[in-house]
Amino acid sequence: METMRTSVIVFPGSNCDRDVMHAISASTGTMTDLVWHEHRTLPRDTGLVILPGGFSYGDYLRCGAMAAKSPIIDAVIKHASSGLPVLGICNGFQVLTEIGLLPGALLANTSLDFICDFCHVRVEREDTPFTGHYRKGEVLRIPIAHYEGRFYLPEEQLRTLEEEGLVVFRYCSPEGVTGEDFTPNGSPNGIAGIINRKGNVLGMMPHPERATESLLGSLDGAPLWGSVNSWIRGRLGE
Amino acid sequence: MRPDHRAAGLSDAEYGEIVRALGREPEHAELMILGVMWSEHCSYKSTRRLLSTLPTNGEAVVQGPGENAGIVDIGEGWGIAFKVESHNHPSAVAPYQGAATGVGGIIRDVLAMGARPVALLDGLCLGEKSCPEADALADGIVKGIAGYGNAVGVPTIGGKTLYDRCYNGNPLVNAMCLGLVPIDGIVSSRTARPGQLAVLIGSRTGRDGIAGAAFASSGLADDTRSSRPQVQIGDPFVEKLLVECCLEIHSKGLIVAMQDMGAAGITSSSSEIAAKSGTGIRIDADLVPLREEMETWEIALSESQERMLLIAEEGALEEIGSIADRWQLDWAVIGKVTDDGLFVMTKGGREVVSLPAEMVGGGCPPVQWPSCKPSAEAEGQERPSDPLDPGGTERCLFTILENPNLAERSRIYRQYDYMVQTNTVVPPGNSVSIFRVRENRSLVAVTMEVDPWKCSLDPFAGAAETFLKALRPLWVSGANHLGMTNCLNFPSPEDPGNHWILERSVSGLAAVARDLACPVVSGNVSLYNENPSGKILPSPLVAVVGLQDCNNPPLRDRESIEAGSVFLVGDIKGTLGGSAFSRIITPGAEHKPGCYDPSKEKDFMKRALKTVRKEAASAGRAIAGGGLMTSLAKMCITADIGIGLDSTVLDTTPECLFGEWGPRAVYLVPERSTELFLSCWEGFPVRRIGEITPGGLTLEGHEMLPEETRAGKAGRKL
Repeated sequence: METMRTSVIVFPGSNCDRDVMHAISASTGTMTDLVWHEHRTLPRDTGLVILPGGFSYGDYLRCGAMAAKSPIIDAVIKHASSGLPVLGICNGFQVLTEIGLLPGALLANTSLDFICDFCHVRVEREDTPFTGHYRKGEVLRIPIAHYEGRFYLPEEQLRTLEEEGLVVFRYCSPEGVTGEDFTPNGSPNGIAGIINRKGNVLGMMPHPERATESLLGSLDGAPLWGSVNSWIRGRLGE
Repeated sequence: MRPDHRAAGLSDAEYGEIVRALGREPEHAELMILGVMWSEHCSYKSTRRLLSTLPTNGEAVVQGPGENAGIVDIGEGWGIAFKVESHNHPSAVAPYQGAATGVGGIIRDVLAMGARPVALLDGLCLGEKSCPEADALADGIVKGIAGYGNAVGVPTIGGKTLYDRCYNGNPLVNAMCLGLVPIDGIVSSRTARPGQLAVLIGSRTGRDGIAGAAFASSGLADDTRSSRPQVQIGDPFVEKLLVECCLEIHSKGLIVAMQDMGAAGITSSSSEIAAKSGTGIRIDADLVPLREEMETWEIALSESQERMLLIAEEGALEEIGSIADRWQLDWAVIGKVTDDGLFVMTKGGREVVSLPAEMVGGGCPPVQWPSCKPSAEAEGQERPSDPLDPGGTERCLFTILENPNLAERSRIYRQYDYMVQTNTVVPPGNSVSIFRVRENRSLVAVTMEVDPWKCSLDPFAGAAETFLKALRPLWVSGANHLGMTNCLNFPSPEDPGNHWILERSVSGLAAVARDLACPVVSGNVSLYNENPSGKILPSPLVAVVGLQDCNNPPLRDRESIEAGSVFLVGDIKGTLGGSAFSRIITPGAEHKPGCYDPSKEKDFMKRALKTVRKEAASAGRAIAGGGLMTSLAKMCITADIGIGLDSTVLDTTPECLFGEWGPRAVYLVPERSTELFLSCWEGFPVRRIGEITPGGLTLEGHEMLPEETRAGKAGRKL
């Protein structure tokens, strides 16, 4: 049986790399490779590529800016253009915007505080490789931990992004109501995660790997790993 | 010109001892080095004798005091290394960097044991919120801890924060780190052998934090700005690389001995390794990678952050170098272990320093400051307090919950990444912080306490109570304590009254450590916490590490249950001395301190642990700051339940409702478990004081938590 194989890219300063590996292994039992940023190729049979959270290069210069120049990035871009899934979590999301695989930028939270907390996000699309095991409108309880998580895109482009339905996760109340009051970092339209037009590159500020065990307070992130696994198996089966 | 030994920080007697032991006058660089190494911060000269009275042995102790951190056994070949260390003086001068480098330093202490840092806690004693300068310091300190801890990827899972006027210019920042280490992979600093090499890995050495240890050994001046060069600058990114790099080198078995470069930098790390290993060490100052041109003594004493000293065989060098290169860290062989027992530093081939290694680290003669009990305590009988009426009780509770010392802390801990590494089972904001160890499927519980008000009232009983306040929540949650670490924060020991208080406090800690079999495995001393406008209250801080019984989930201090009884175990009345009630509601009233009763504590411990083992309760909370009513209010607010109190059982004196001290706890017990619960506590004072209700906290039908009280206190409930 063919299964998903994941490459987690490790930059100097990444600190959620092992967390992601544990979460994927615990919830899908599939294999994960930690791939050092200086490599120029991904391991053979890589299905999913993850840019993990942390402080790559200490967030110096600008979050994600230095990581975006790493030798491995060309291979990541090639992987994305082949249509296979790429996921950026937190700092990984920032890196994806720096590479240009996703539009926009992540700016400082409006409170100017680092925020670590459980929050709620609403699933806006169930037709992506990452969200197939969720229902549209479902509310997930999932942690965030960031200082720069306020998504920014010039107004017109933001409108286009919304019109094209590229927002995958939105901050909300436990009941699924969106709005400023339920957006911890001041992100416009409560944007917590977006996807590219092609539908295979997802960037999100919340940490699904921190919501994959009931012991740690939530299982709501686990279906995301299951979704990608199913999607990849489906594709391999084709 | 020969510098004056006093300017270097040495007393006439100490200087005489140096000349006697060397048989000559020390050279300039030697004098500067000895001035720092014989400072209070490095030598513990005022407290060494006192500290030797603390019990340090126990079943679970793998490594006691004397190494970079203590280690306790958590089973299946795994150990937890832990230690708390102060960074008080730097934080008073440069709050962000002071607190940040405090976190960095304690992480490297744990790393030096070969352990992977897995959790951080912080004890913060801050000035009044109403004082703008103190509030700015507090904000900088919290931001510094967040800035460093978050980036380095070690979760900050708990701690203790309190506010008092005495900390306005003297904030206390005590950082604690816990690390996970395979017991057969513990690194020691006593294993160096002649011929091996001294390798420095990490940041380049610069002129920051020079003689910071000496700076931490005196009171703060009026104008702290002139002390800024003595504060170090931290870089959490380099620290993260350093942690991963050293652990990788260690995993290949290439490290013989390791020391972090904290206070007194190269000097202390290398001379300590030499002294503990019974060898000598020869450092070539020309080989140290520098950021700027520096004098030899500056290189010797620089406290530049994010550096580790490794002792390794020559044959391991190539591999060590390639690992360090991959982590993009500077590294250099800076010296060699020798067999002559000397700490030597050369510059341009010339010996600039040549001192017995033993003398540098451990040669400072102990100092015995005079002790004298301050003024006699008031001997009059404490007048029993009048009972409170329901309205009065509500007002008192409201005022206490409003006080920053009792208020909810999410404003602080939400700035810390407390979940990274995905092991945090019980996060900050609870009575106990708990993390999971994947390697042996265990749960490790940690608590931290400091109670300056009780210690100032009675240093022996107050320090004992501080220790017990850290132990009781562990027992209630179902954890067996394994060991403790502490930080003795006090003002100048040269004042006989201060010294007496310090001695009595240590006796209090020693008594509990002995009676409850909770050994001291590591610790730190910070004296001279004073400035021209005042000194701190005695503030010994205690942190205890425990192991959760693996067959039962931890008992939480809150639970949203719909029905059941509320039980009070322990005496119906607490004691008001040094309590929140006494400080906030009746300031100036002379309330007496409580007293320490070891057999009662032991009895409480056994029953609390049994309660968890038998699964006889749904939630439990040891009564601490603010007393019974505050504990109940916090349970109601955080779990969104109601409690109706039975006024025929409770008495309405402040001692009962707001008293502190001693083993008392409240439990929520479902109806079906009542008998089981009572059997756990048979023979110990236990009373059913109320029942779970749909909402509110009522006493004699009077609502104690009206909506406006609840609103501000609930924190964020996402």
